[in-house]
This record gives sequence, C-alpha cells and structure tokens, in this order.
Amino acid sequence: MGIHQISVFLENRAGQLAEITSILSDNKIDMRAISIAETSDYGVLRLIVSEPERTASILLSHGFILSMTPVVAVAVPDEPGGLARVLHILAEAEIDIEYMYAIIGRIAGRAYMIFRVNDEEKFRVTLATSGLATISKEELGIQ
Amino acid sequence: MERYYQPEIECASREQILRWQNERLVKQVQHVWDSVPYYRKKMEEKGVTPADIKGVEDLHKLPFLTKDDLREAYPYGLLGKPLKDCVRIQSTSGTTGKRVVAFYTQHDIDLWEDCCARAIVAAGGTDEDVCHVSYGYGLFTGGPGLNGGSHKVGCLTLPMSSGNTDRQLQFMVDLGSTILCCTPSYAAYLAECIHERGIQSKIKLKAGIFGAEAWSEEMRQDIQSKLGIKAYDIYGLTETSGPGVAFECSAQTGMHINEDHFIAEIIDPNTGEVLPEGSKGELVFTSITKEAFPLLRYRTRDICVLTREKCPCGRTHVKMSKPMGRSDDMLIIKGVNVFPSQIETVLLEQGYPANYQIIVDRVNNSDTLEVQVEMTPENFSDSLAHITDMEKSLVGALKAMLGIYAKVKLVAPKTIARSEGKAVRVIDKRKI
Repeated sequence: MGIHQISVFLENRAGQLAEITSILSDNKIDMRAISIAETSDYGVLRLIVSEPERTASILLSHGFILSMTPVVAVAVPDEPGGLARVLHILAEAEIDIEYMYAIIGRIAGRAYMIFRVNDEEKFRVTLATSGLATISKEELGIQ
Repeated sequence: MERYYQPEIECASREQILRWQNERLVKQVQHVWDSVPYYRKKMEEKGVTPADIKGVEDLHKLPFLTKDDLREAYPYGLLGKPLKDCVRIQSTSGTTGKRVVAFYTQHDIDLWEDCCARAIVAAGGTDEDVCHVSYGYGLFTGGPGLNGGSHKVGCLTLPMSSGNTDRQLQFMVDLGSTILCCTPSYAAYLAECIHERGIQSKIKLKAGIFGAEAWSEEMRQDIQSKLGIKAYDIYGLTETSGPGVAFECSAQTGMHINEDHFIAEIIDPNTGEVLPEGSKGELVFTSITKEAFPLLRYRTRDICVLTREKCPCGRTHVKMSKPMGRSDDMLIIKGVNVFPSQIETVLLEQGYPANYQIIVDRVNNSDTLEVQVEMTPENFSDSLAHITDMEKSLVGALKAMLGIYAKVKLVAPKTIARSEGKAVRVIDKRKI
C-alpha cells in the first residue's frame, strides 16, 4: 500500500511549528519523518506519521490547511554513493523528482528516502527492475 | 522678490475675486443646466433652478456631486460639451466603477496649464529654468499637467515620466535640471540615490514641486536639506482637471487655491452643512470655468482647513492646508488612488476569501502596500511551486487593477481577525 504524506500550510510565524508538534504529541502521534519547504513568507510542512488519517482530522479540526500526498519510500543502500546510484537510475528513466527527504531507518545498513515524483507507477517499475526496494507503510509502522 | 505668472489674477483684490466667482458661477450653473441632464435632474429633485443661483452666497443651494455620481454617469453622463469639442481625456487608475474619466476642451487644457504655470512660477520658475517632470505621463494627470505648465512658463521641459532612475539622474546631471516635479516619495528616493552616488555637486536643482500624495513637514525638511532645494506642495484631482487646483508659494504655509477657476467650500462630511472659515472638514470644489467636465459642488473626500489670512507672498487667493485625511476609505499609495474594494474584487476573482487585510507603510520614504490573505483548502497544494505561481498571479492581477505593486502575503486560515461590525481592512502605518 502506498504511503500518504500530510502536507500542511505554514505561515512563516513564530510558534506555528511548535503548535503542530504539540498537537501531535498531545494525541500520541508518532512522527516518522518531517521536512519543510519554504519561501520567505510561507512554507509547506511535510509529515510522515504513524496514523495519517487520524492526524489529518485532528489538524483539520485545529484549523490547519492540509492535503494528503502520495509518496514513495525507498530503501537506499547506506553507503557512499548509495543515493547517487538511485538518482542516476531515475535520471536515465526521465523521472522528475518534485522533492525528497530522508526518513529515519530502523534497520542498520539501510537508509530510507521519501520521494515525490511526477510518475509514481513508472518510478516503482524502474526501481523494481533495478533491484531497489520500495518500503511498505507497514515496514515504517504506519497504520 | 516674489514673482507671479498672472499677477493681476493671483494678487487681485478679494472683491475682484468674488466678482469673478459670482459672474462665472451664474454662467456655469446655466451651462450645466442646459447641457448636463444628469445634474439638471439632481437640481430639479432639490427644487433649484439657475434663477436661484445669483452668486457664491447661493452655492449651498446646489446639490453635491460625489464619486458615486461619477460612477453612475460614467462615461459621458457629466459631459458639458459635445465630444467633437473635446480634445483630451485624463483618468485615474482603477476599475470601471472607481475610475474617473475627465474630459477637456482645448480651452480647459489652456486654463489647467495656466494653473500649473502659476505653481511653477511660485516655485521660482522662469524661462531660464530646466523643468524635469518625473510624474507619470499618460492617463495620469501629473505628467501632462506640469508639462503644459512648464511650456507656458517657457522652461526647457524634460518629459521624463516616472521610473528608470539611472536615466533620470543622467539627464538631471547632463542637462542641468533646476526644477523637479514628481511625487514627494520619488523626490526622497532620488535624493538618496544622489547621495549614494556622491553626485551632489553635479546637481543644479533649486526647487521641487511635489504632489499627488500626502507628505509631512518632516519629509519636506528632509528633501530640502538632502537636495539643497525648496520643496513646494501642489494639489489637484483628476475630477477638477489635475494638479494645479492649489499650489504653495514661498511662504510654504498652505496652498493657494486658484479661486478664479474653483470655488472651495468646507463642509461637515456627515451632514453636508457648510462650515465657517477655519473649520476642519471636507473640501468641496465647484469648477466655474471648465467647459467639458463642469463639476458643481464635487465632494473631494479630502479633509482640510481653509484660511484667508493675508499671505506674505502677496497672493490673495484662499489657502488650503495639506489634506489631513479622508472622509471615505480611499488610500493614496505612491500617488495612486486605491480603494480597498478594488483589492477585494481581485481577491474574489482569483478564488480567495473576502477576508483580507491591507497594510500600508512608508519605508525609506516610499509607500509600501501589502495584502494579507488567508490560504484556503481549495488553493492549497503540496507543491511550493504551485503556491508561488498562484501568489505571482495574484500580484499580477493586483498590479493590473491598481497600477502599482502590492506584496501578497498568504497567511494561515483564521489569522485575520473577524470583527462583528465593520472589519478593519486597512492598517495604515504611515506617519504623515
């Protein structure tokens, strides 16, 4: 099953991020990965959490604006050149990466990356034919 | 020694000015009655006919004209002459509803340029001067008005228009500009650029005529000391021709209204009652010489004070203070008239909520406009590029509507205060 990232609109204002993380903490939601894309005035917070649907409804009830974005988690060999190899494969297959960020790995020797790409199906096939594994949400402890 | 462009008019006795006003008002009311059905109807509704207006003392009997009337009568409803007699229009920026389109016969333009020439001569201008006009040219009245006045005085006229500061400074140095006409904020900006570049010794300016936006006495002192000039205020509005309705003299204590062309009244903006001299209230103008766009008792919405105290410059025409505020919600930003409703229109068209806030400030002597608007679920996207594109498109639409740049700030939902009554849409931080 695919992984859904929660993307939250952030106004660049002191305390916004603290507010969100407190809400998650109060509701016993575990964060698997966090990334922020920003301009000088606003940003998009990207979260991978243990319970995406519950998290979304809690944040919505607090008045946040968000969307659920399908992303792909990939296991990258945790060694020098590991990520470079993956990116070369994507480049050759002409798959555009919108963004990517790291996620904390649970198994030694494996690094996980979250990818948001323009063509998810092609991305999966390309990875599979290159012997690279995508990670299921269960493996990441996501309900 | 004080010099005048038309001394026999500018220094005429009060009795003479009143005689001109009485005679011209009676004629103008008849002209409007005969040629502007829109205003005639307003007079009929009030039960007034031209026979009731025998002079300035009867002016109060006439109905007011407001921006709403201009909107309703747009574009030709207030025209006092057939179009074949009109030779020009000038206009303010804005939507159809808010935009003012004023018409001119050649005679109207001549008189308007005379008014601007009076302002230039009052600022020390002669045919020896190089008059550098950095007001915008085009529909905006600033450039064409001062340009025409400068010609009348016989100055070498530099029709620079606004923007392109490098070129402005180059011409100022190479052609030895002596009089600068622009908005006070642009003058302050040019002064800073001149200092940054260390070219003060190459600047020959002696005077500046700065209008189209509010400016403080502190700003005047700042511009005067930085540029080594005398800085004069000038007032006008498109509805009554443009700049030159009133101008400052060497006394620099208010602007003489050209009373041979305009009758000024101060009214209570709430009741419409005419207030005695010296009272603070809304300025109302009656154009007594305009042919094509003859507005009677037009409410400017500018709040100010009139005084007929003797002026050391020798001019006898009434003086108005700098406008102290507005009796409507219009903002003047970088010399451009901006209504919050124009911004609202753009926001709604672009799919944003009508909950917004406008922040106006003055940074380094230049006005800034920021529009804060709340992000909506429909507009939100995970892609930063998409949000940035939307923001750019909103900035573009605002620029197209207002004619000036507005910074857009997308804020989180529910962060702009909702109020029970009248929403606080505008925060004006400028200290003017």
